[in-house]
Amino acid sequence: MKKGTAKRPKLDLSTLKRLFSYILGPYKARLLVVFVCILFSALASVAGSLFLRILIDSYITPLVSKTGPVSFAPLLGALAVMLLIYASGVIATYLSNRLMITIAQGTLKTIRDAMFSHMQSLPIRYFDTRSHGDLMSLYTNDADTLRQMVTQSIPNFLSSIVTVIAIFLAMLATSWQLTIVVLVSLTAMLSISSRVARKSGSYFVAQQKTLGKTNGYIEEMINGQKVIKVFTHEQKAKQQFDVLNEELAGDAFNAHRFANILMPIMGNISYIQYVVVAIVGGFFALSGIGALTLGAIASFLQLSRTINMPINQMASQLNSVAMALAGTKRIFALLDEQKEIDEGTATLVNVTEAMEETDQRTERWAWKDERTGKLTSLEGHVALHEVDFGYVADKLVLKDISIEAQPGQKIALVGATGAGKTTITNLINRFYDLADGKIRYDGININRIRKDDLRRSLGVVLQDVHLFSATVLENIRYGRLDATDEEVFEAARLSNADTFISHLPQGYQTDLSSDGASLSQGQRQLISIARALVANPPVLILDEATSSIDTHTEEVVQKGMDALMEGRTVFVIAHRLSTIRNADVIMVLEDGRIIERGTHKALMEEKGQYWRLYTGSFELE
Amino acid sequence: MLKHLRKQVGENKRPTFLTILFVVLEVVMDVTIPFLMAFLLDRGIDAGNLSEIIKWGALLLFCASIALLFGVLAGHFAARASTGFAKNVRRGLYYAVQDFSFANIDRFSTSSLVTRLTTDVTNVQHAYQMLTRIAVRSPVMLVFSFFMAFSINNTLSLVYLVAIPLLAVGLFFLIRAAYPIFTRVFKTYDKLNTVVQENIRAVRVVKSFVREQYEIKKFGSVSQEIFQDFSKAEKIVAFNSPLMQGTMYLCILAISYLGARLIVSSSMTTGQLMSFITYTSQILMSLMMLSMVFVMLTISKASAQRIEEVLGEKLDLVEQASPKTFMKDGSVTFEHVDFSYTKTEDKRCLFDVNLDIPSGCTVGILGPTGSAKTSLVQLIPRLYDVDNGSVKVGGEDVRSYSLESLRKEVGMVLQKNVLFSGTIEENLRWGNEDASEEELGWACRIAQAESFINSFPLGYKTYLEQDGSNLSGGQKQRLCIARALLKRPKILILDDSTSAVDTKTDSKIREALKTELKETTKLIIAQRISSVMDSDLIIMLDDGKIQAMGTHEELLATCPRYNHMFERQMRKEEQA
Repeated sequence: MKKGTAKRPKLDLSTLKRLFSYILGPYKARLLVVFVCILFSALASVAGSLFLRILIDSYITPLVSKTGPVSFAPLLGALAVMLLIYASGVIATYLSNRLMITIAQGTLKTIRDAMFSHMQSLPIRYFDTRSHGDLMSLYTNDADTLRQMVTQSIPNFLSSIVTVIAIFLAMLATSWQLTIVVLVSLTAMLSISSRVARKSGSYFVAQQKTLGKTNGYIEEMINGQKVIKVFTHEQKAKQQFDVLNEELAGDAFNAHRFANILMPIMGNISYIQYVVVAIVGGFFALSGIGALTLGAIASFLQLSRTINMPINQMASQLNSVAMALAGTKRIFALLDEQKEIDEGTATLVNVTEAMEETDQRTERWAWKDERTGKLTSLEGHVALHEVDFGYVADKLVLKDISIEAQPGQKIALVGATGAGKTTITNLINRFYDLADGKIRYDGININRIRKDDLRRSLGVVLQDVHLFSATVLENIRYGRLDATDEEVFEAARLSNADTFISHLPQGYQTDLSSDGASLSQGQRQLISIARALVANPPVLILDEATSSIDTHTEEVVQKGMDALMEGRTVFVIAHRLSTIRNADVIMVLEDGRIIERGTHKALMEEKGQYWRLYTGSFELE
Repeated sequence: MLKHLRKQVGENKRPTFLTILFVVLEVVMDVTIPFLMAFLLDRGIDAGNLSEIIKWGALLLFCASIALLFGVLAGHFAARASTGFAKNVRRGLYYAVQDFSFANIDRFSTSSLVTRLTTDVTNVQHAYQMLTRIAVRSPVMLVFSFFMAFSINNTLSLVYLVAIPLLAVGLFFLIRAAYPIFTRVFKTYDKLNTVVQENIRAVRVVKSFVREQYEIKKFGSVSQEIFQDFSKAEKIVAFNSPLMQGTMYLCILAISYLGARLIVSSSMTTGQLMSFITYTSQILMSLMMLSMVFVMLTISKASAQRIEEVLGEKLDLVEQASPKTFMKDGSVTFEHVDFSYTKTEDKRCLFDVNLDIPSGCTVGILGPTGSAKTSLVQLIPRLYDVDNGSVKVGGEDVRSYSLESLRKEVGMVLQKNVLFSGTIEENLRWGNEDASEEELGWACRIAQAESFINSFPLGYKTYLEQDGSNLSGGQKQRLCIARALLKRPKILILDDSTSAVDTKTDSKIREALKTELKETTKLIIAQRISSVMDSDLIIMLDDGKIQAMGTHEELLATCPRYNHMFERQMRKEEQA
């Protein structure tokens, strides 16, 4: 085979095999029925094309040559038989279509659900290394090509193969010599069309790439449209766009051109084949080679025309199948990602005042070691011992970190961007695992606590608030799903979110769309604080929770924050040092090390880095 | 209908016309070929005459080659026309958005504009290709095949009187039943995508609250909905091919029987019978293709309309016939200015504002959230037009300048600011394309950005990700200020542009602005009184009205509210 110039989709058999295991698994019996139905339907259509010839040779021609009264009874009998065959063909077609729906849609649902639930089990690291757009396209583009392949290409392929084989056998039975002629012309036809299809395929790949680039550019520019206006940058933005748009139009033209000419090429080559068969067949018949009758040639011609259609279909779909398989492969790659490992055995259980485990919801919680049954009261004592950590193996971003937070203490982390503040909190809730050292929660090594239970005991309020498309009520309830409406209102009141929520058009029932875009940053933050309040965790992590809020709003938010911090162990990361002044311990981080620690008063007296930061003689970045 | 969209065809009229021409010619050949096949069968094969076979075969080959040529040309021009059209539409949309005013942009949301420029354009491109090829091919094929069949034998074509209505009515009911379900499915797909997108973005929230199972359930129910709706719709569509097959088979049987009678009575040949059947299948196929075209076009109609809306959007900021390009100085005057975003009286957000700011002044603007601080300053570079009254800069109404020269002289740092993917230097040069390295350094020094830029290994050549996501909030704000400074504007507006910058740096920026841009009128919207204390003029806004105006000392003496605010903020800072 000739080497292609551009990257082109290739048929990936191992992915295909795996896909079939999804289809075959639950639907083996149905698929068998579908296969039988397709067989029937294809045979009925083959019988149809053979029938015409038989009709002419065995019924019409004798009638024509016969003199005297003609009887159409035998003809009607034959037509009745054909009616039965056709009817069964039509029913078989319907049945196979109908069964294929459940198989295809069911398989897609299985794969979709598997993708999503597997994605939920992946570690944060996985999301760090991939762009959101790439992940999204697994669910949109890749799943969509897969849908087309499963619902259209695969059934078409099956039916085409059956038809081709049936017709091929019928051809062989009629004349093996002419079959060879057809085979030769088919080979020629396929080699031409596959070349065109491959060209089209590689241009389609190129088109997808430029389309992605252009659409990305459009998105960025439209998002910054107001800045473009302010800087009267419109002309420049148009010029840059034109370059991309031209390139895209070029690639799109080539991709569509080759795809468009595929059908006329294949269709018309089949006429050429028709003529060649007629001439060769006529020559054979007249020179007595191969004992061919003229009637046989006519029926052979009909067969050779019928075989082209399914072959064309197979050829034109090969490309889309190859592209769909490339997408499917990416989907399987997601499914093959290593899940977050959890070897923890300690779980959170409700206990009575007397520290006895209970199924009732009580105010007290305890850690229960599932192996020993030992109960440890949940207090919110968190201690890091000589912790080292790096996102990549040989580059430590945290070195020798030791922090102890007594229950109810407020620990502040201060330092420049990249000093490792957020990283510390990411280790406490085990988004990442330590390189060295230990973290203990109420005296238990957090590696021995089940991740779900560990995270349930930690509340998090982040700088970037993420809300979900649901009502305000549901967004706050996200903190604890079994919270009553009353509890949600209470949390909103405590966090000061209540005021603005009651001014929303539908109050708590207001629907938030696209990440709560209709709300201001401060309002979003208040909802996220209420959300953490509803969860009512003993330990809280506040990561720059107020930094993008203006001072006016911050005052409002601060009251909510104070309510939230009441009686909990709190780790707070803040840019504005005024907000952490009353912390029990302030840790100043630099390059992954703690360089100073103490209360605000002590650190100010020390006149070290904290003092410099606070008095503004050194700038935080 | 779709007036503006149709205009975008432009230079693609010629390839469009050629596509239609070649499609029609191709159809003519496609219809002729079965006719020739009948001759080949009757006079050649059935008669056992090799020279006749060769004669008709050669003619057939000739016709097939011409059909091939027409087909290839039709495909070529169809690709040219549809991709060219898509290019024009995309450009038309993009250019239209570039010319949009802020009010126009507000009317569509950003994300809906993006969809219109991406997905909708692709849909319209496919629709256009379908219109020029299949939507032309099918009816022409239908008419020609019908004509040919009729000319072979008009009695036999009576079969169509039954067959065509049967198929047409069947297809009509299928489409009518399935179409609404499909549109619903596409909506549900959007819902599914939203769930996925939110979960990817908020993965840390989901994990922190241990909501994986909850989200899986949420996704599962949407996924189930798609499964059910899709299955329901496809169960209807499943009748499609049996319907087509059934009609075709019934036709064949009827034609066979009637044809046999005609052949026996010598008014038809067997070759003609075969051709007749070929035409029958062509007619029925065309009918089905037409129904498909109809469905696809209705689907893309929505896209076409959304594009039309953007192209037909009326611009609400219009330049005067011969606009001024020179601005005398940086003085700003507001005369009885009323303003609303919707141009409706009851949603007004500025009421009878009067201001007189001499050139070179520093003005602080204070006020609670929602007091229309941003609305006020946005009128100066004419991002919006006033409802009543007038805004003057350099002594002339802003509407008398060309937008380009007005905005060149008015540097504005927006509250919601954006940096673009590219190097720091490229981003800065938005302010002035030809800025020298010294000028870049000058602007960055004033904006207090120089030290952090120099701390990057690549300095000014550091690559910024989209929206500067690899910078901190404070760094982004300082770059945005530097970018605006490079314009060397006569008027500089900072709309809460230092909210993420610490107090010390904030005051350094103000200090540098004062000494380096003496001639420039500076308007600063701020949250902290300390940021505007030393301004020449402080404006207190509340509910769209100027509540008080004066220097710090004046306001302390005359405005109790200012006094109160100042004391509270000072107390807090002393505590700090």
